[in-house]
Amino acid sequence: MPDAPGLELIAAELNEAHPGSVLGTYHDRDQACLIADPEQIRDTLAWLRDTPGQEYTFLASVHGVDYLPAEPRFGVHYELLNMARVERLRVRAAVADPGGDELPEVPSVCDEWPTADHQEREVYDFFGIVFTGHPDLRRILLPEEYQGWPQRRDFPIGGEPVIFTNTENEVPGWYA
Amino acid sequence: MRARDMLRGDLEGADLEQHVEEAVVTTRLEKVLNWGRANAMFPATFGLACCAIEMMSIVSPRYDIARFGAEAMRASPRQADFLILSGRVSIKMAPVVRRLYDQMLEPKWVIAMGACSSSGGMFANYAVVQGADKFMPVDIHVPGCPPRPEALLYGFNKLQRMIQGHPDPGWRTRYNAHGTEEWARDLGAVTPEALDAYAAAREIAEAAGEPVSGAPETPVDVPGPPQERADVPDRRDRLERDRGRFI
Amino acid sequence: MVRVSTTRGSTPAHGRDVVAGTSAEVVGTSIIEHTEAEEALEPEQELMTINLGPHHPATHGVLRLLVSLQGEHVIDLKPIMGYVHTGIEKNCEDKSYWKAIPFVERMDYLSYFFNMEAFVGCVEKLVDLEIPPRAKYLRVLHLELNRLHSHLVWLGTSALDLGAMSMFFYCFRDRDRILDLFEMSTGQRMHTRYFQVGGVFEDIPVGFERKVRDFCAEFPSRIDQFEALLTNNEIFLHRTKGVGIVPRERLLALGVTGPLLRAAGEPWDLRKVDPWLAYGEFDFNVPIGTVGDGWDRFKVRIEEMRESVRIIEQALDGLPEGPVLADDRKLVLPPRHELGTSMEALIHHFKLVTEGFRVAPGEAYYAIESPRGELGCFILADGSAKPARVHLRDPSFVNLQAFREMSVGGYVADLIMNLAMLDPILGGIDR
Repeated sequence: MPDAPGLELIAAELNEAHPGSVLGTYHDRDQACLIADPEQIRDTLAWLRDTPGQEYTFLASVHGVDYLPAEPRFGVHYELLNMARVERLRVRAAVADPGGDELPEVPSVCDEWPTADHQEREVYDFFGIVFTGHPDLRRILLPEEYQGWPQRRDFPIGGEPVIFTNTENEVPGWYA
Repeated sequence: MRARDMLRGDLEGADLEQHVEEAVVTTRLEKVLNWGRANAMFPATFGLACCAIEMMSIVSPRYDIARFGAEAMRASPRQADFLILSGRVSIKMAPVVRRLYDQMLEPKWVIAMGACSSSGGMFANYAVVQGADKFMPVDIHVPGCPPRPEALLYGFNKLQRMIQGHPDPGWRTRYNAHGTEEWARDLGAVTPEALDAYAAAREIAEAAGEPVSGAPETPVDVPGPPQERADVPDRRDRLERDRGRFI
Repeated sequence: MVRVSTTRGSTPAHGRDVVAGTSAEVVGTSIIEHTEAEEALEPEQELMTINLGPHHPATHGVLRLLVSLQGEHVIDLKPIMGYVHTGIEKNCEDKSYWKAIPFVERMDYLSYFFNMEAFVGCVEKLVDLEIPPRAKYLRVLHLELNRLHSHLVWLGTSALDLGAMSMFFYCFRDRDRILDLFEMSTGQRMHTRYFQVGGVFEDIPVGFERKVRDFCAEFPSRIDQFEALLTNNEIFLHRTKGVGIVPRERLLALGVTGPLLRAAGEPWDLRKVDPWLAYGEFDFNVPIGTVGDGWDRFKVRIEEMRESVRIIEQALDGLPEGPVLADDRKLVLPPRHELGTSMEALIHHFKLVTEGFRVAPGEAYYAIESPRGELGCFILADGSAKPARVHLRDPSFVNLQAFREMSVGGYVADLIMNLAMLDPILGGIDR
């Protein structure tokens, strides 16, 4: 992993190349993380891949995280890997929740990184984050007409209450 | 009893005919048919998740299921006799399982293998159906996570005995534990404070548009313990019938 | 009568809507889907789109494939997953770190030790816990035995798909021997819950080492028997040689890792490039293929089995003495014999079992090399005893994206072979 000063260098160079793309950095437990602006995520990832000296050519994972109650609420994590130096870098796109019925939007990186195809669909399926420009954004793991975004922190776990003798009156008529 | 009467010539008329019909013709033929069905069953390969691996291992040489006649695992539900539902049934898969079960021809049975298909297992969440018997009839539940192949074979043998007409007695008969059942109880009168709380909660739920169940004063029809019921046979009959039954 | 259509338009634009002309009812929710090639057709053309699965003997689990065929040629392919989606990641948020281990274990259900290692390794990274060397060796031992187990089941079921039924019985016979070893050391054949945060649950019993050595002495000859059946078998060669080739750069772009990537010629194995646990101390080779067809994938896995046996023997040779669990009582359960005498041990035990240990806020991503590729675990800790987000980057989920490119343009029979050589495990794909 790039160490803390190396990470700051990367952030500085990125902000030079694409102003405003890096909102912060975070180096913890030997891992480097860039907090990026979701609007410019395509440029950020392309810069990290194409710049000689960076060359993070392998996108290992795209996944979503719900940071409720912290703001911005969602994060879409892109785990990058430099195969030559075996260094990992995480880019977190800090996506804000627009609130109400609106779904947050992030540009899709599918055409540049084909591995993100199914993984972005999974993030959409679980969090409701819409990836604009994705060729086929539908639910992938849940039934297509499922309502709700299960992996959000305010979505209930579901299932049925376990019935004991002291709780059976809360589930009337269970023996029917 | 009736066989002895018949041999002694004590059964007459309609009684004799009925006995012949029950004991001699129908039962003998049914017994042969059931013996054939039980010993030559084709399982439908229905591996969903981890239990499928243990189900595959009952076909393997060590826990051979072929010695019980069930070697030919049929992929097509039309050719299969019973379904081993091995693995967790997710909400997306449940209609598919039901459709496959409907496509099977009678007579058909279902073994729910493992904890997940019997009751949802450890996954009490939005994505797993809490037991396959929520949407299809299940004959045998085999517990375990995953059940050992020997456990599945024991369940399969139980199914065979069930098909042949002498199902294994329940554990209450075997361990002489009748009378220990716990029944849903009538919990007595409700206090006025609880009534108020219920009413308030019901108003809130109705205002939010959620479905509301019945009022607490509605009498619940609770069947009492078996000793006081007329429709449950006396346990001593079951003891008599099952005495000496080979498990 | 209900007629449902794709999410993209209101009516299916091409092809006949078979259901509309009848009085049939659509039971459940079967959305009439189309593959992309089918949507691109002229109105008078038609491709035969068949549905392979989700219940199909050759799909290695409940994978549904929508295949557009022209005769026997596959024109287009669309995999549809989610039929065994279990909500494991959501369930883990509800349980403390120790109690989430059995959930994570049941994800990729053939390589359960690897799932455990990814999760437990990530937690250890978050709490900065160093596990004792004996635990590292024992973990490597069980991981390599699991790799053998996974490859054996793969070999058995793949050969069964291709028609070599006797391979299934031979592989499962040997797989049962490995499960006997697991039962001896951990108590359970599958889903053993053996790895704990801080090491391994229990030390291996007396006699285990001898049994493993006996197994390792005999197993290479078994691999020779498997190879004698398949490697130079003309039917197998015809079916696998030159079939399902995807160029290496394309595989890298698709995020594919594991034996598929190595068969295409990329020397990438996390055990070698980024050694985790005790892998840096062992001497083993990583088999690399050249072309990346089905035969290369088969051969890479066979050779990996041989290398795994070498690693196991080296692990047994070098097994250090010492504890199998780390010392930190705030994170790891104290040994049971202390509970009767030490008050602190009892309090620690109580606290760990009821609430669990708390992890300072932070995130970690930890990747290991499972039999199918890079298995990564991401955990977000929010300071409480329960993880706020657990995500498992499953190799089969990402590898499946390469399936379309492998199969389009070939025959249906090649599709089955490609799926077999891809080695997907739907529990991991659907989580």
